[in-house]
Amino acid sequence: MSAIEVKNLSKIFGPRPERAFKLLEEGMSKEDVQKKLGLVIGVYDISFKVESGEVFVIMGLSGSGKSTLERLLNRLHDPTRGSIIINGEDVTKMDQKELIQFRRKAFSGMVFQNFAILPHRTVLGNVEFGLELHGVDKEKRQKRAQEVIEVVGLQGYENSYPSELSGGMQQRVGLARGLALDADILLMDEAFSALDPLIRREMQDELLELQTKMKKTIIFVTHDLDEAFKIGDRIAILKDGQMVQLGTAEEIIVNPKDDYVKAFVEGLDRTGVFTAGTIMQPLKATAHVNDGLNTVLHKIRRAGLSSMFLVDSQRILHGYLKADEVATEVKKDSVDEKKTPNPSLIHTSETVHPDTQLTDVINLYSESTGPIAVVDGNNKLLGVIVRGAIIAALSKGYKPEDNGSADQTTTEEKVE
Amino acid sequence: MLPFRIPIREWVSGAVDYLSTQFSVIFDSISDLVLFLVDNFKDGLLALHPLVLIVIIGLITYRMAGLTMAIVAVFGLFIVENIGLWIAFNETLALVLSAEVFVIVLGLPLGILAAGSDRFNSLIRPILDFMQTMPAFVYLIPAVMFFGLGLVPGVIATFVFAIPPLIRLTNLGIRQVPKELIEASDAFGATRTQKLLKVQMPVALPTVMAGVNQSIMLGLSMVVIAAMIGAGGLGADVLRGISRLQVGQGFEAGLAVVILAIILDRITAGFGQMKKAK
Ligand SMILES: Nc1ncnc2c1ncn2[C@@H]1O[C@H](COP(=O)(O)OP(=O)(O)OP(=O)(O)O)[C@@H](O)[C@H]1O
Ligand SMILES: [Mg+2]
Repeated sequence: MSAIEVKNLSKIFGPRPERAFKLLEEGMSKEDVQKKLGLVIGVYDISFKVESGEVFVIMGLSGSGKSTLERLLNRLHDPTRGSIIINGEDVTKMDQKELIQFRRKAFSGMVFQNFAILPHRTVLGNVEFGLELHGVDKEKRQKRAQEVIEVVGLQGYENSYPSELSGGMQQRVGLARGLALDADILLMDEAFSALDPLIRREMQDELLELQTKMKKTIIFVTHDLDEAFKIGDRIAILKDGQMVQLGTAEEIIVNPKDDYVKAFVEGLDRTGVFTAGTIMQPLKATAHVNDGLNTVLHKIRRAGLSSMFLVDSQRILHGYLKADEVATEVKKDSVDEKKTPNPSLIHTSETVHPDTQLTDVINLYSESTGPIAVVDGNNKLLGVIVRGAIIAALSKGYKPEDNGSADQTTTEEKVE
Repeated sequence: MLPFRIPIREWVSGAVDYLSTQFSVIFDSISDLVLFLVDNFKDGLLALHPLVLIVIIGLITYRMAGLTMAIVAVFGLFIVENIGLWIAFNETLALVLSAEVFVIVLGLPLGILAAGSDRFNSLIRPILDFMQTMPAFVYLIPAVMFFGLGLVPGVIATFVFAIPPLIRLTNLGIRQVPKELIEASDAFGATRTQKLLKVQMPVALPTVMAGVNQSIMLGLSMVVIAAMIGAGGLGADVLRGISRLQVGQGFEAGLAVVILAIILDRITAGFGQMKKAK
């Protein structure tokens, strides 16, 4: 069972909203419907499923309906049409009383762009807010709040008021207020958009790290492609209230469905300054052609990779080895572990030159199953292309000198 | 222009007559309640030795408005006692406080209702406008007709004159609570009551307190007028000064009103800002 299942969901703002559907079905645009009927299309005919534990990003330009879609899920907006099934229950059919109970049971509240924390309460008072509403007794809720305050790194500020905190700290309070609850689904609406870039990255990293432990189902709204790619398992791209594409970061980069999505992806590297050379990462380790099987396996394990390039003493590339295949080979009794890998284990690697354009790199990356090596004219190995670097290059925040950045550890899965 | 006169005055006095006879039980119990409140306030205040009360008020002022204001307050109260207006001063304080109790008990819920319903808001808005633009004297007449002469109609007239700003500002304060805070409390599963008590009222508190402050100031401005129908207190001294052309006495009583106004103003204004200053 999916955590969330949305079917043909629409939200039209204005009096007698049903009027809009006929025109929309005839293909009239959002703008024209608004002109003709005075109705605003918030969200139109959207369907998707979100699995439990997934980070699902809703992305799009301003006014595309991201917030509306998110607010439909917990019914801060009432849908005009369509159904929302959460944990097997149809949210659209609930009355006010059931709805309050359901929000408490299913949602860890919501995190807002402008924090929306209570100015008259201390950090502790804000973090325990949800539990207090749910009637948890004081001692218990303060203990829980204290734990979460430590998780988000606000210990020492329990008794401070929001006005005494920086934006980043206030948003930690907003996040902690949600995390204090056990419910599975956490809604975040542009939660990091108001923060300056450095703090913002930091919060993104922290959220990802937290998520590996807590495994909540997160619905994350953003207008920033970089953030979407970094955080999202899957990304839904909205335009004028409709969903134009849904997929993983790779699927969207490689296969933008229409010009709107393409503009998002390409617009980020219009200058063409990025080449394979500027985004390649240095290699953690390589296997030498004279290395015995055992040595190779040891190197692979120590570097924590799933595959490794094979080079000779001139660092000329000979191909790559897969960790699982080497391991299987070593296990065979008949094999001499000191022997160098036999040719059947050596796979040909895709290669690019340092001055290959980013778009070509992306295309190659999406088609290849193995790692992509960056080599010079003599086939000498220079570096490797990793997913994180591609995505970082597509975003504005990337600096080419950033090589070997923190991203490497979280995003290297394809090389490894 | 018309061949006859529209009998507004007959209608009004007829209605007042009718109401005061038909609903005398209600008016009597209101009257009793007002008297009970005023008497208790007055007796309570006067039971204390002036010096004790001066110290208490000084401490409250210090807490709410700082040292300078506390010194001003203590000095002012000392003067009031010294010029022999202590009892009148406390009578007036009791009258204003009693009226304010009614203002808060009725004004807060009405303000909350107005914030929750556009319909109700547009219904009471013209009534509030009417109440505020009507010359204060006009309230004296029905007040006297329903409650006779004395303290009670004074309190009632003060109440009617002073309640609009509290209703308005409570309404405004709640409506100004940021939309995201409301969304947040909904998203966390708040009931209506929880939303009101834990989010809307606390966030609106500074504005609501501004309403309390304004209504107290308006109430004080009614002191002299209320004295015309026998409400007593400092207003009576002011009136006596005017009618007997005793400029000095009139001025002294007026000064005492000003001192009371300053103290009440600073204390209530300070309350609205207390949370923020912390
Ligand atoms: N309460 C409302 N009443 C009327 N129209 C609304 C309401 N809320 C949103 N809209 C309209 O619905 C459309 C989608 O708005 P929404 O806030 O969901 O966009 P968004 O993608 O979140 O944009 P942003 O990035 O600016 O937050 C917009 O055209 C907006 O004007
Ligand atoms: Mg939005």
